[in-house]
Amino acid sequence: MSAAHLHLSVALDGAGWHPAAWRDPAASPKDLFTAAYWAGLVAEAEQGRLDFVTIEDTVALQTSRLDGPDGRTDQVRGRFDAVLLASRIAPLSRSIGLVPTVTTTHTEPFHVASSLATLDYVSGGRAGWRVQLSGRRSEAAHFGRREVPELGPAQAVALEDYAIYHELFGEAGDVVEVVRRLWDSWEDDAVIRDVATGRFVDREKLHYVDYEGPHFSVRGPSIVPRPPQGQPLVTALAHSRLPYEFAARGVDVEYITPHDADQARAIVAEIREIGGVQPKVFADLVVFLDETQQAAEERRARLDELDGAAYASDAKIFAGTPEQLADLLLDWRETGLEGYRLRPAVLPTDLNAITRTLVPELRRRGAFRDGYEAGTLRGHLGLARPASRYAGSTR
Amino acid sequence: MKQVILAAHFPGVNNQTVWSDPASGSQIDFSSFVHLARAAERGRFDFFFLADGQRLREQRGRIHDLDVVGRPDSLTVLAGLAAVTDHLGLAGTINATFNEPYELARKLATLDHLSGGRAGWNVVTSSDAFTGENFRRGGYLDYSERYARAAEFVRTVRELWDSWKAEDLVADPATGFFASANAGEFAHHGTFFDIEGRFNVPRAPQGHPLTIQAGDSDEGREFAAAHADAIFSRHGTLEDGKVFYRDVKARVVANGRSPDSLKVLPGVTFALGDTDAEAQENADHVRRQQVSPQTAILLLEQVWNRDLSSYDPEGPLPEIDPLVSEEESISRGRTRLTRDPLETAARWRALAEEKRLGIRDLIIEVTGRQSFIGSPGTVAEQINAFVQEDAADGFILVPHLVPAGLDEFVDRVVPLLQERGVLRTEYGTSTLRGHLGLEGGA
Ligand SMILES: Cc1cc2nc3c(=O)[nH]c(=O)nc-3n(C[C@H](O)[C@H](O)[C@H](O)COP(=O)(O)O)c2cc1C
Repeated sequence: MSAAHLHLSVALDGAGWHPAAWRDPAASPKDLFTAAYWAGLVAEAEQGRLDFVTIEDTVALQTSRLDGPDGRTDQVRGRFDAVLLASRIAPLSRSIGLVPTVTTTHTEPFHVASSLATLDYVSGGRAGWRVQLSGRRSEAAHFGRREVPELGPAQAVALEDYAIYHELFGEAGDVVEVVRRLWDSWEDDAVIRDVATGRFVDREKLHYVDYEGPHFSVRGPSIVPRPPQGQPLVTALAHSRLPYEFAARGVDVEYITPHDADQARAIVAEIREIGGVQPKVFADLVVFLDETQQAAEERRARLDELDGAAYASDAKIFAGTPEQLADLLLDWRETGLEGYRLRPAVLPTDLNAITRTLVPELRRRGAFRDGYEAGTLRGHLGLARPASRYAGSTR
Repeated sequence: MKQVILAAHFPGVNNQTVWSDPASGSQIDFSSFVHLARAAERGRFDFFFLADGQRLREQRGRIHDLDVVGRPDSLTVLAGLAAVTDHLGLAGTINATFNEPYELARKLATLDHLSGGRAGWNVVTSSDAFTGENFRRGGYLDYSERYARAAEFVRTVRELWDSWKAEDLVADPATGFFASANAGEFAHHGTFFDIEGRFNVPRAPQGHPLTIQAGDSDEGREFAAAHADAIFSRHGTLEDGKVFYRDVKARVVANGRSPDSLKVLPGVTFALGDTDAEAQENADHVRRQQVSPQTAILLLEQVWNRDLSSYDPEGPLPEIDPLVSEEESISRGRTRLTRDPLETAARWRALAEEKRLGIRDLIIEVTGRQSFIGSPGTVAEQINAFVQEDAADGFILVPHLVPAGLDEFVDRVVPLLQERGVLRTEYGTSTLRGHLGLEGGA
């Protein structure tokens, strides 16, 4: 793998990231709740030889408000469990990484580890995890297990100002740690099938993880043998200091949301200064791609009008040609970014533009590989398969 | 004539699964699941079935290493299987104690969408503190509260499934109306769950994915009679099966339901051969594979509740009596072999004496003889007879080999059931409820 090559991934969500995307003539809103729709998108991403797709998820209905339902009838509402969706698509794809979103706040760490390890088996080593936490009151009310205070007004909030977010990111870091321990809790050669002694496993190679923290404890070992990648890829979106620090505890790929090259440079520097595991840093961008910049901007304006508001995002919104986007990606790369997670504004339109125009353009510039060079998601990212942390240990 | 319902149980973490045979494949590779599911679909089975256990089993305080160890997350593997099968129902065992309704309702509704209405859920209620050590809540649940929680769990999950009506999802770009303003609204304020808000998966193709129950106590049977669509039982012999069948169907009627609305499905094993005699030989061979000398001692320990590692597997039963203790069990993470160890020990001693059996031969004799042994014709005849005589509505077949353990049954027994007109030759229905002839099916 050439160091000059960018990593490219795509974030799949509903009909696309613009809230009115489902009303675009190219969209197929009636198919959103079919497996075929998602399989088609992933096949397209795989045609473009992208490293992976992420799949969004939440434990609440989508809303345009900061918290709680908004009563709107004109935007996409409802979504599938992302791990199951990824697993449903896995047998229909061969090489592309599948990275579902799973929250750490209301789930059982033990189940999270099992389900992602299983996805790694179903996909033959292509599983990843987009770690997310769920700090909203409306989400907590769906589980009734913890108290979450109300947040302040939308724009005024800095995560760092809220004690609850310190708690939730701390917990998320603990969940990642315990999930990683569970993935390592079976050594690779634990299954021995030794007929002479009647033993199926060598129990010296199965390990209790014995995690005890302020929020939960887990004994282990995992019920699932060590996944094909050893450690499926762990990724997270981060906007500020608290999540940067969380990512430094154990994330492989960190998505950031700079709006220009200077911001990108500053964020990468901050992440490097925090130290820790040194994740690969990708930038997120919402993309409208057309043959001319004018066409892309008009499409964006049309959707904004349909939605009744200008679409705002945590990430920069790019509207232009694939060539212009290629310029931007290569320009920002100089700041230390290793790849991008592109959020297509409309599906499949902007995904097709990525795979059919942007990717060939990047190849022409020597910035993207021609084909897959590895069989696993870690492999696509140039990450080795790690040995179990317990290998050789007697615990 | 009643139709025979058939389900395929993936051979898993128990001593029925023979891993020492050269034909035994991976218990975890996805290809093994695909092989068994495709065989079941070729045989026009109603559904594929996965058992569950959320803690590796232990014996004498150490991880039990004599049986298959390791399994996948049920629903994740079933979602993958939905991609490689077209009609087969996909049912997973999921614990009501170590899950939350919102999350599980979403997962089951998602699986139902992704499979076009083929999802099923076997509700189990284990609550031991041993398993609880892997979970946030720990082992807090009292035995007596398990079914109370499970019943409220099932009720709550169904409220969530019902929170989206079919007509709530419109997705019409012409009018700009995607979904009703109150789609997914729910509020459940109960003893175990106090939750409210919006459910976020549109109504599933089956409305309510199939609910199965496995549990044998009085409370377990009542729970099934009140809430379940099918019951997975241990009563797989003709006489025992009839008694259980009558008992459960009477409870269903007492709950104001039609007796046909709950299907009785014993878990059964089988051994085939060209002739009945050859089948018996095969059965004996498999039994010896299942009960290795080490396994014989271990199963004995589960009844005796003592360390018997110094006993000779070919020698006589221990003279010492079982240790009777409610709290301390030598084996953890599995269902008990007996509720009355002293009575069981007395019975086994008498049998060992009468037939002059050593420990291993006795264990082979008293545990898990195959339910159906014979030529394909004999087995087809027996299966059909059990169903027509109301010992069952069908069976959950537990093969002893991964991944090919069902192949011979599908190739040789299934055509005979089809000839008798008691098993479909083509799927005429598309959903799991539809296959079972249940309300809400298609
Ligand atoms: C045929 C059968 C299969 C079962 N399979 C499982 C299983 O796969 N996983 C599990 O945790 N419990 C399983 N159980 C256990 C039951 O859910 C239940 O917890 C146990 O039988 C005790 O409940 P009871 O007192 O009603 O019998 C099974 C029980 C039966 C009868």
